[in-house]
Order: sequence, then structure tokens, then C-alpha cells
Amino acid sequence: MINRNPQLNDNGALQHLLTTEGLPAAILLQILDTAESFVGVTERDVKKIPLLRGKSIFNLFFEPSTRTRTTFEIAAKRLSADVINLNIAVSAQSKGETLLDTVNNLSAMNADMFVVRHSQSGAAHLIAKHVQPDIHVINAGDGSHAHPTQALLDMFTIRRFKHDFRNLRVAIIGDILHSRVARSQIHALTTLGVPEVRVIAPKTLLPKMVERLGVHVFHDMTKGLKGIDVLMMLRLQNERMKGANLPSAEEYFKYYGLTPEKLALARSDAIVMHPGPMNRGVEIDSAVADGKQSVILPQVTFGIAVRMAVMSILAGNQA
Amino acid sequence: MQLPDAELAFKNLAQQILAADNKLFALVGIHTGGVWLAERLHQEMASALPLGTLDVSFYRDDFDKIGLHAQVKRSKIPFEVEGAHVLLVDDVLHTGRTIRAAINELFDYGRPASISLATLVDRGGRELPIAAQYTGVELAIPADKMLVLQREKSGRLSLVLHDKSLVE
Repeated sequence: MINRNPQLNDNGALQHLLTTEGLPAAILLQILDTAESFVGVTERDVKKIPLLRGKSIFNLFFEPSTRTRTTFEIAAKRLSADVINLNIAVSAQSKGETLLDTVNNLSAMNADMFVVRHSQSGAAHLIAKHVQPDIHVINAGDGSHAHPTQALLDMFTIRRFKHDFRNLRVAIIGDILHSRVARSQIHALTTLGVPEVRVIAPKTLLPKMVERLGVHVFHDMTKGLKGIDVLMMLRLQNERMKGANLPSAEEYFKYYGLTPEKLALARSDAIVMHPGPMNRGVEIDSAVADGKQSVILPQVTFGIAVRMAVMSILAGNQA
Repeated sequence: MQLPDAELAFKNLAQQILAADNKLFALVGIHTGGVWLAERLHQEMASALPLGTLDVSFYRDDFDKIGLHAQVKRSKIPFEVEGAHVLLVDDVLHTGRTIRAAINELFDYGRPASISLATLVDRGGRELPIAAQYTGVELAIPADKMLVLQREKSGRLSLVLHDKSLVE
């Protein structure tokens, strides 16, 4: 029991969602199936259900993010939970309070769930280990480590458009090195049985020994996009770039930016995804982002249903 | 314990509904057994309105005790609930809590003109003030037993009794 997954309770049910790494396919599929039912709820006139009435969910954002925070907030509100948004980057931390002191204080305010975004890898794990067993933690992105709800909404989108994971070729393209999204995607894709996952990036934007994650490495879009069913673009993370990994954004666009010409190398029914926010003209051309094969806006819509599914499954599981 | 024939009970239920059919009912089956019954009733009544289905998992009152059901199906209400005469269909009426959840869910789609309830079996044991307008058969079942509707591949319906302790 020493090495057991900190995300699972004694019954093997999901207690926290920290990473897609090591989660069994059955749990990933349970989340996707439940989200399917929540899509139905979000299409009604009354988009709210009473499931989490009386529960308090704290959005702890130690790193600024409008989009992710908003989708978690909408998801929680549609489940009738009370949502408290804390933008901690500009409050207690700047007064010197430690991460765990902040968590202790909020736990004393009877929090039921924490949604945590932090620039430090492992922050959500630390909080999950520290809190009382009746509190659930969702990782909304930690450093360059993991972003499991983004990966899950990507899996949901792929299943919606491609139906079966077991005959797909998927390419993840761009700044793999700094991307927590890419790591979570790779773990989810391989667990769900995608037979071929490729990463396409310049050497300077790939982590060392990335092949160990079970992916095929390409440095060239022309070769890498051949036969691809799903293109998962990544944002060029300017704010995470230390030093000169790239000559310039223009240079990057020339070789790795997704233009209609490069997209034509993939299968004609391939879909294009992007976790947002997009840098148009850097990793993706507007003609592709707004084109017929783009499913970028459905990803945003599905993201709410997927987060509703994660929150309600966690809230229903007791340690 | 000798259980009644589910097919006979269904025949009885369908006859009552067809005899009383003075309204244009919009049929809504509750997952899973209620959907099987509603599908059959929908055929027999030759209803002009499409069939609705509800999975009441998101509206249950025991979420805090047992969590979310592992397999939540998607609710589908393909007609305008506002002003409709809804006939809810379920297999076994027991505590009435499932029906309470179903009524709440329906109201999130609109304000129906009326809601009636058809159940294949009324096994007693109500914990809420809920009654069925149409009942296939009434049965007294001990509280520690669970009565379940089954459907064979041929489509034939049957009732089985389980010990509650063995189920959860």
C-alpha cells in the first residue's frame, strides 16, 4: 500500500484529480461517460442541477488564468456549488503566508474542494497530501507537470469526433518541453489505447528522453503529419521561455506553424485542437484556427461538462 | 416467493393507460427498466410525440451517502415540456424518491401541464406522498429485498428478487 496512487481512495475510487498519469482507463472512461450526460444538461434551458448544493469549492489560483478559472467556476455553479475565487498571486502569498497556511485557513472555512493552479510542479499533490480526508483537490495546472482536466476534455473531444481511440494516429505539436498539457495528454492517450502518439517539435522544445513516454519523435512537420487523424497544437509559452530556445516567433511559424498547406499533409478528415489561448500566426494560422477542421470552440464547451463530471465524481467519493 | 408474470402485469398496465387515454401523453421512461416499458407503451399507443428518457442520477437525494452512480446515462427529452401532459413510466414504485427526483428534473426542462405516473409494480413502502395513476400489479415485498425488472434478449420481461445486502 506504500506506493498506492495518491489520487485514489481505499476502494480504488477517485479522491483527487492530480494527473492523468497512472489513472486506470476505467476511471478516465467513467469521467468521459459522465461528462456526456452533463453535455445534455448544458444544452437545456435550465443549465443547473442541484447535485453539489451546499458544497463550497475554492478556486485557488496562484498563477493568473482567466479561462481555466472561469470554466471551473461555471462548472461548479452549474452543479449548484458555492464558488469562491481566490487570486492568491496578489493576496496572502505576497504577505508571506505559506501555501499550506493558506490551505489550512480555507479548510477552517469548511471548504469541500480545492481547484489549484500553481506555477510550481507538485503544488496540488502537496495540498492533496495535507488536507483532511473529506476535502478533494483538483489540479488545474501545476508548473510544467500536469493539467489533467485539459487532457480529459481533449479526450472527450477526440471521442466525440473520432468515436474510437484504438485506431487513431495523434500528433502533439509544439512546445512539449514547457507543456503540462502535453504530458497529461500523452498519459491519457496511451492509457485509452491510442496506438500511435507522435510529438512534433524542434529539439530545443522537447524534454530529454521524451521517447520513454511511449511517443514517436519528429522534428519535421512534413514527415510527422502524414496519416494523422488528430492534431493537438500547443501554445508557444513565451512566458516560460528562459533563454533563447528559438530564434524568433516568425522562424517558428515558418517551420512549425499550422498552415492550411501543412494541414493538408494529414488525413483529409483530421481534426485540429488547441488548448488556448492561441497565438495566431505563431503556432497556428487563422485560416486553420477558424477553418472547417478546427474543433477548438467545441473543446471549450466540452470543458465545462468534463469539469462538472470530475467535480461530481470526486464529491461523491469518500475516503 | 412466487413473483407475478411481468408480461401479464405489463398487459394490464397498458390496457389501463389505453382505456384512460383522453390526453395526448408525452411518455418519459426512467432508466433502465422504465425505458424498456416506455418504449413498448410508446409503440402500443402509437404516440405522435417522441419518447423521452430520464436518468435521475443528478437529482437523487442519496448523493451524499453513496456518491454518483458509476454509469450515468444521458437524459433525453425531445419534446417541449412546457404545457405537455407527461406520463412518467417506471418499473418498480417503492419509496417514491426516484419519482421525486424525476419530477424535479422534468421541471428543469419546463412547466408541464400535468405529470402522471405509470408503474409496472407497486411494492409499497412509500417514504414520500407519491402515488401512481396506473399500476400493473401490487405486491407486498419485504424491505430487505430488492425487486428488479429484467429483459431477455428476446425482449421478454421478468421480475427477480435480490437480497439488498448482496447488491451494495
